[in-house]
Amino acid sequence: MPLSPELRRNMYVQMARSRAFDDAMIGLYWVGKTPIFAFANGPLPGELHCSNGAEPVGAGVCAALDVDDMLTADHRPHHIAIARGVNLNAMTAEMLGKKTGLSQGKGGHMHIYDTRVNFASSGIIAEGMGPAAGMALARRLQKRPGVALTFLGDGAANQGAFHEVLNLVGVMKLPFIAVVQDNEWGVSTSKKESTAVARNSDRASAYGMAGEYVDSNDPDDIFLAAERAMTLARSGGGGTILELRTARLAGHFMGDQQAYIPKQMKQADPIPLYRAKLIREGVLNEDEAAAIDAAATAEVAEAVRLAQEAPYPDPSEAFDHVFAQQDEPNDVFAQQDKSNDVFSGASA
Amino acid sequence: MSRMLTMSRAGREALDWEMERRDEIFVLGEDVYNFGGIFGTADGFGAKYGPERVINTPISETGFIGMAAGAAMAGMHPVIDLAYIDFIGVCYNVLLNTASKTHYMSAGQVRVPMTLMIGTGGGYNNAAQHSQCLHATVAHIPGVKVVYPSNAYDAKGMMHSALRDPNFVIYLTHKGTAGVGWMGTPIKTTLSEVPEEPYTVPFGKIAITREGSDITLIGLGMSVHECLKAADDLAKDGISAQVIDLRSLAPLDRDGIFAAVKKTGRMIVADEDYLSYGVSGEVIASVVERDPTVLRAAPVRICTPDIPIPFARSMEQAILPLAAKIADAARKMVK
Repeated sequence: MPLSPELRRNMYVQMARSRAFDDAMIGLYWVGKTPIFAFANGPLPGELHCSNGAEPVGAGVCAALDVDDMLTADHRPHHIAIARGVNLNAMTAEMLGKKTGLSQGKGGHMHIYDTRVNFASSGIIAEGMGPAAGMALARRLQKRPGVALTFLGDGAANQGAFHEVLNLVGVMKLPFIAVVQDNEWGVSTSKKESTAVARNSDRASAYGMAGEYVDSNDPDDIFLAAERAMTLARSGGGGTILELRTARLAGHFMGDQQAYIPKQMKQADPIPLYRAKLIREGVLNEDEAAAIDAAATAEVAEAVRLAQEAPYPDPSEAFDHVFAQQDEPNDVFAQQDKSNDVFSGASA
Repeated sequence: MSRMLTMSRAGREALDWEMERRDEIFVLGEDVYNFGGIFGTADGFGAKYGPERVINTPISETGFIGMAAGAAMAGMHPVIDLAYIDFIGVCYNVLLNTASKTHYMSAGQVRVPMTLMIGTGGGYNNAAQHSQCLHATVAHIPGVKVVYPSNAYDAKGMMHSALRDPNFVIYLTHKGTAGVGWMGTPIKTTLSEVPEEPYTVPFGKIAITREGSDITLIGLGMSVHECLKAADDLAKDGISAQVIDLRSLAPLDRDGIFAAVKKTGRMIVADEDYLSYGVSGEVIASVVERDPTVLRAAPVRICTPDIPIPFARSMEQAILPLAAKIADAARKMVK
């Protein structure tokens, strides 16, 4: 079945928004970091892992999801968060450590939470695996709909958590998808150096679940594969390892010179390719594509402006949110307390 | 109506009561369905609640405890049986970086209400990988509540409190105090008259287990019972020892500890965890940081030395913080 022009246009919009965001973040990141580079300097401090090149993953997979579905991402979450509909202004403010950020300045760019759209991320490699599978288990116990997806890199496929959780997903037949983003590199260590298995999706057979490899960085192909995995999960058929060949165009993090990457291995930028494809196939004309690009840039510029104007959190706020407070310590059991069911936000 | 119960049966009663009334509570772990968990806390739950709510897992602690954290984020309250604390090495990241930090890093958007039951301690010849206490290793993590009942009354009340807490709670039980068959005859001082009705014991409050005026003996888990034995022994010499049960490591009742020690002016901390960088030093710091002049003698720690736990009975018994060592130290201090 051919993909609708609306769907493809929207996937391009999400890719453009993500790229505009990362380009703006890279620009901000270098403010105050030259001539002497240090993570701590400038308005956007800390490590910064940008998604340039991986935009088709966020756009293609998220286009196949419903509001009930739940996502955990890793240290490189921007493209997924943006395609999922995470609040862009609040995410931008969080990057800068502002009070108006998603986590009021307590998270930073590796720890993006927006319960409105069932989105969480963790900076520990493969640590989104268990929580996502647990969310899928929760929905089964609650007899509510919802597929859980975790997004991770090919490097994470060699972590213990990856294998333990896949085994559990297999034996419990959970509605779960591990989206493995094969960008060929785990920091400076190549996929070939890390595992003798060419495709991590082949590992699915070891766990009694489905596996599919998409050998392109094209959101059309990614969407169709994600839809197959979602259909299987929703119908009670269990989990999938969905491995997608994608790209990492801006290094592991800012400051990574990538001297370890041979010149001939240069990865292609998927955005101009998809843009040209949509124009060639009559989905967009040049003016429409340019308008999408301009709108994305303007949206991000406004988010950056708001974030820059926002206040920093007061130092005393460091002590807030260590523990959740019990509103009625002796009475929560009296009725079904659903107040902590934050991942229900999108479907409520 | 109250009856005499072991800690294991008392904790089980609280868990059963809460599970009967709250669909979001479920049990997850190795051998929970057929076996009821290694301490019997879920004894009979498989038959009563079925495999949906009493979920047997493969031996994959990183996997299923990570899943528990996710289920908690999505509105459930998982109860996990992690058998021995020596096994935290294979799932520590979930404790250290996920269950303890998600609420903070999301500025309160995401709660992780889950109860992790873990057995601690040695004294039964199980050697270096099955005898450790390691309670300081978990109490050191910000964002975790760590409680440590040492008798059946607290075991039930603290289990109710843990299951009603909106946070990640680690519920420790020293294996020797649980009252399960494979540990021999239950220690008398672990048994309590336990009311049938539900009740809570708040976290962060010490218990004064025995009144006394000459010296304060402070314990947690099993060492509370060694302190009580030492106090009996000291009474024969006319020394009146007060015994404190910490009960909760995080939060720690620093005010309660200070007030108790101030009363006698002497303190001994007995801790089966390793001596260095542990609870014993923290307890002493909470007194001397506030006012060192309340102490009439230098504080003493009776702990497991910084060596792996040996297997042979002759060596293991020699290194544990047992009553005789506590009483000897107390006599020297009071003299």
